[in-house]
Amino acid sequence: MINVQNINKTFRVTKRQSGILRAVKSLFSREHEIVHALTDVSFTINDGEMVGYIGPNGAGKSTTIKIMCGILTPDSGTCDIDGRVPWKERVNHVREIGVVFGQRSQLWWDVPVIDSFELIRDMYKVDDALYRRNLDELTELLDLSELVKTPARSLSLGQRMRCEIAASLLHSPKTLFLDEPTIGLDAVSKIAVRQFIKKLNAERGTTVILTTHDMQDIEALTERILLIGKGRILLDDSLDELKKRSSERKTLVVEYAGLEPMICEGMTVIETKDGRMVIALEPSVLSVSDAIAYFAPRTELIDISVSGISAEALVAALYKEYHI
Amino acid sequence: MKMYTALFRIRFVNTLQYRAAALAGVTTQFAWGFMLILTFRVFYRENPAAFPMEFSHMVSYIWMQQAFIALFMTWFWEDDIADSITSGAIAYELVRPLDLYNRWFCQCTANRVSRATLRCIAIFLVVFLLPEPFRMSLPPSFAQFALFLLSAVLALGVVVAFCMLVYTSLFYTMSPLGIRIISAMLGEFLQGAIIPLPFFPAPIRVIVELLPFAAMQNMPLRIYSGDIAGSDALRGMILQVFWLIMLFAVGRVAMRRALKKVIVQGG
Repeated sequence: MINVQNINKTFRVTKRQSGILRAVKSLFSREHEIVHALTDVSFTINDGEMVGYIGPNGAGKSTTIKIMCGILTPDSGTCDIDGRVPWKERVNHVREIGVVFGQRSQLWWDVPVIDSFELIRDMYKVDDALYRRNLDELTELLDLSELVKTPARSLSLGQRMRCEIAASLLHSPKTLFLDEPTIGLDAVSKIAVRQFIKKLNAERGTTVILTTHDMQDIEALTERILLIGKGRILLDDSLDELKKRSSERKTLVVEYAGLEPMICEGMTVIETKDGRMVIALEPSVLSVSDAIAYFAPRTELIDISVSGISAEALVAALYKEYHI
Repeated sequence: MKMYTALFRIRFVNTLQYRAAALAGVTTQFAWGFMLILTFRVFYRENPAAFPMEFSHMVSYIWMQQAFIALFMTWFWEDDIADSITSGAIAYELVRPLDLYNRWFCQCTANRVSRATLRCIAIFLVVFLLPEPFRMSLPPSFAQFALFLLSAVLALGVVVAFCMLVYTSLFYTMSPLGIRIISAMLGEFLQGAIIPLPFFPAPIRVIVELLPFAAMQNMPLRIYSGDIAGSDALRGMILQVFWLIMLFAVGRVAMRRALKKVIVQGG
């Protein structure tokens, strides 16, 4: 159980305009700017939940994660994770969590990955049987058998990322923080990682908190979304609910041969190109089946497809709605 | 404890890989050692009585210093630690269930010990077989040798604890260069790496011998040859224990304060 209440965090940033004159001036007096990374952030996450933590660049996602990991101390506010305050009982707290920072590496650069794994085992005092079991499972699911004997420096980004994720799970953490875990992964690895996280959540009841810019991650993994912008929590809702509420509109893609068909009321043309037409549909005026029935006699249809709003479009719409 | 031995092991293994570096190091140490001894020999020939240390003590001091250079040098920095602070990789260090001070202390010690192991074996093999007056002499007694070992461990502790303070300062300054150069130069000079402390003029020497730097290589190297013995050695080791505890305590407090206001660079 994670309970975050009224967290505030500010950073002091030195600012300087470009140019030599300004640089010289900054030798004597510096301009500082207080950046409010987090303002009054509160939320609760129950055990076994999978939560997507989204927001544009610089919104405060990573700062929140780092506070929950005990790395940063907030200026004010409380955070209680399984009865512990992360930054006060850091050592005991981090024993129970796993963290993947997508843009950093926890593997020792020069030694084979397996050596790093064994060091992590010893750091977390994982007993041998559990370590074996976790390692075997991770090796199989993330396809690591060849990678673990290679020094981390010789791995590609995607290969390394799979090892990073495995390294964060060797001690069977109760809570998993993933800060952009699918950066640089190819399609196959992405799907493998997503399946793996799902399985972990289903079988072990691991709580997963995920920040990402890849909306497919969000769509595949999380049921609940926390939206943060300019340091404030703007929205806390289930993904389905959001989709339903955010737009009832459907998108219709029509491919046809011959002349461009006329449209009727309830349709808005978004794009027309080489016998392909993208139409936004207002279901309250015109149902999907009526729309298809409308086109059938009027043109020679090659293909027609209907889709709901994508997570990508949904998030873009949300960013716009909240002006972030 | 097991995790610290594991950390020690991975560091040790990691450093042992670099054979070429060790070979280059040994060569440099030989050349440097000979140069120092030859220089001092010229002075000693002039008037051996004018010097505060016997020439044979001096030779042992220099060879021991060269053999254990990796243990006691204050210019020997862990780039990993500096990088993790300035690049933000420290985020991962902080999600480990380990005390960061202990962890880095262990890492520094392991690195120094593993480097010294490779180098000192090669150097000892040669310097005990050299012709006089370049030959390194054995310690005067077994008890003296035991004192030397103990004092060497303490000196290593003091050196690492001192370096930890420098690393902690990086949380504030971000650039390792300036403070490194200052502390390395100061450390080298005041711990007797350039000329042994007995060569310092008397009034300065009294003060310098009380500084934490005097608790570094100055003690074990002089104890080995018998230049410091008996109650003087014990007094010296009490000074070493004192500075070890002081630097350790100050370092821990400083790091705790730094971590409270840590910011992670680079997102």
